[in-house]
Amino acid sequence: MSPLQVLRVAVRALMRNKLRSFLTTLGVIIGVSAVIAMVAIGEGAKARVEEAFASMGSNLLIVLSGTTSASGAHGGFGSMPTLTWDDLKAIRSEASAVRYASPQLRSNQQVISEDQNWATSVNGVSPEYFLMRTWPVAMGSPISPSDIETGSKVVLLGQTVVDKLFGSNADPTGQSVRIQKTPFQIIGVLARKGQSATGQDYDDAVFIPYTTFQAKIQGGLQKFMAGAFMVSAVSSEATTRAQLQIATLLRDRHHLPIGAEDDFSIRNLTEMASAQQEGVKTLTTLLASIAAVSLIVGGIGIMNIMLVSVTERTREIGIRMAVGARPRDVLSQFLVEALALSIAGGIIGILLGLLAANRLAANFGWPILIRLDIIAIAVGFSGLVGVVFGLYPAQKASRLDPIEALRYE
Amino acid sequence: MGKPLIETRKVSKVYRMGEVEVHALRDVSLTISEGESVAVMGPSGSGKSTLMNILGCLDRPSSGGYWLVGEEVSQLDRNALARLRNRTLGFVFQSFNLLSRTTALENVELPLLYAGISARERHTRARDALARVGLGDRLHHHPNQMSGGQQQRVAVARALVTHPHLIVADEPTGNLDSRTSVEIMALFQELGRTGITLLLVTHEADIARYASRVVVMHDGRVRSDEQQTALQAEPGSAPADAELSP
Repeated sequence: MSPLQVLRVAVRALMRNKLRSFLTTLGVIIGVSAVIAMVAIGEGAKARVEEAFASMGSNLLIVLSGTTSASGAHGGFGSMPTLTWDDLKAIRSEASAVRYASPQLRSNQQVISEDQNWATSVNGVSPEYFLMRTWPVAMGSPISPSDIETGSKVVLLGQTVVDKLFGSNADPTGQSVRIQKTPFQIIGVLARKGQSATGQDYDDAVFIPYTTFQAKIQGGLQKFMAGAFMVSAVSSEATTRAQLQIATLLRDRHHLPIGAEDDFSIRNLTEMASAQQEGVKTLTTLLASIAAVSLIVGGIGIMNIMLVSVTERTREIGIRMAVGARPRDVLSQFLVEALALSIAGGIIGILLGLLAANRLAANFGWPILIRLDIIAIAVGFSGLVGVVFGLYPAQKASRLDPIEALRYE
Repeated sequence: MGKPLIETRKVSKVYRMGEVEVHALRDVSLTISEGESVAVMGPSGSGKSTLMNILGCLDRPSSGGYWLVGEEVSQLDRNALARLRNRTLGFVFQSFNLLSRTTALENVELPLLYAGISARERHTRARDALARVGLGDRLHHHPNQMSGGQQQRVAVARALVTHPHLIVADEPTGNLDSRTSVEIMALFQELGRTGITLLLVTHEADIARYASRVVVMHDGRVRSDEQQTALQAEPGSAPADAELSP
């Protein structure tokens, strides 16, 4: 018999018991759709984490100053200024794995335009800050080194701040805003950056030269800086090296004896990113393997029904053998039936899985990412399930004795 | 009398049932020529079904030789036996053994399907075979829409569609009333006139009378083997014929 004829005979046999065939396939349908949906969601989450860390900036380290421990109450990182401006210079010049370093002084302030005002985070930074975060200006010009030197009263606005103060799509370049009674000239607007992984709006911020920040926003400390350093390593592999170099440098500069605790802390954002990605990956693998188990359960369902079918159709097998079906013909007939069930289940499962992934994504606002290789693997796997679980019943059928089979009631 | 179609030499069949050996056939030597119609008779347990299974290539003898159309088939494997059943033999059973929920045409096409014959030729040949048994107008009926006699005619059509040398009929009239039995026997005799050999297993002496030779089995041996003048079945005189071929 030609393969096409075998398939036709198989499909006809399956169509005779439509409900049973459908219920048998259901196991595979659920298994495959679960795999597809879970992987789509998992991959979507992974992509979102990647995107979030990419928008934060690449290869970043954040250096925070130490903690106070007045009266036994620990104040948390950054509560006691231990980092000095000279530390920053030293990091820039001495740590070879460091590409850029910028201070990040931050204060929440009311920013006031002609007729609106908006409380936002005011950041004192150096020009490198925007390079590290790969955050270009959309309109106007960036903060220049000379702005730092002269402590000029210029400001870059984030998109959200522009929306709130001037209305969306407005170009406020050249106008001025007041921060703590000091008028600042708007020299540009930053490109929209979106949200962080934790939902924080990157665009709800304004940036001024750190020297101006010190002079106008948060005076007082001169030698120490009341904020953090943002440092980028020369490459993602170099972040750990940069972290070590900075730690050694700062311990040396702060004259910390061996065994003493650091009076600063360094956060490695790349590590955080990969840790989070690992977490998502583990979750995806877990979900996919649970789904794969249900696929195997579906396969057992197919085997069960095929065994029932072989018994039920013993007489048919006998008739077919009597008129000249070889054991191979009987084997391929039942194998193809099992395969048809499992592959049909696989295809329906893919459609349902994609549908489910889309619904979940729409309902919960999750991103999804459909991977063609996973779809191919799911179809292949369901086919494999069909062969593996269909082989035994098919063999059983093909080994029947024609005389016994014909006598079977 | 034509050349030998079937030749067995000292064919024996032994079944083991636990510790006991059952000798279903003991040294059966038989020669059947082309065009003969042979009725195999005997009480149950006489070995006539075993003989039919072996001659029909459904089973292999434990010892002895079996030549079918000059080919030694007693030691062939299951695939080769299947090919012989497909090309050389046709079966007709007591309980018709048609595929249910399958049309008459498709039932008759079944052996051709396994012979690897193209769809168009299958159709033509199956239609011809059904016309030959007088069911040209029942092509698309399912077995459950047909009478016993009609179902057995479909089975005969299925047996002869491959142009076999031999038709093996196992109690073909066992499930039919006497009127319909005569019709089926008339059909067999008609086929016999075209040169097809008939091997008829039956325990009804009435039916055996339509054969040209009667072999009686007893305890696994051939007890008697006699030529006779076959009684001619006359389908024209059978009243049921009007119903069958309107």
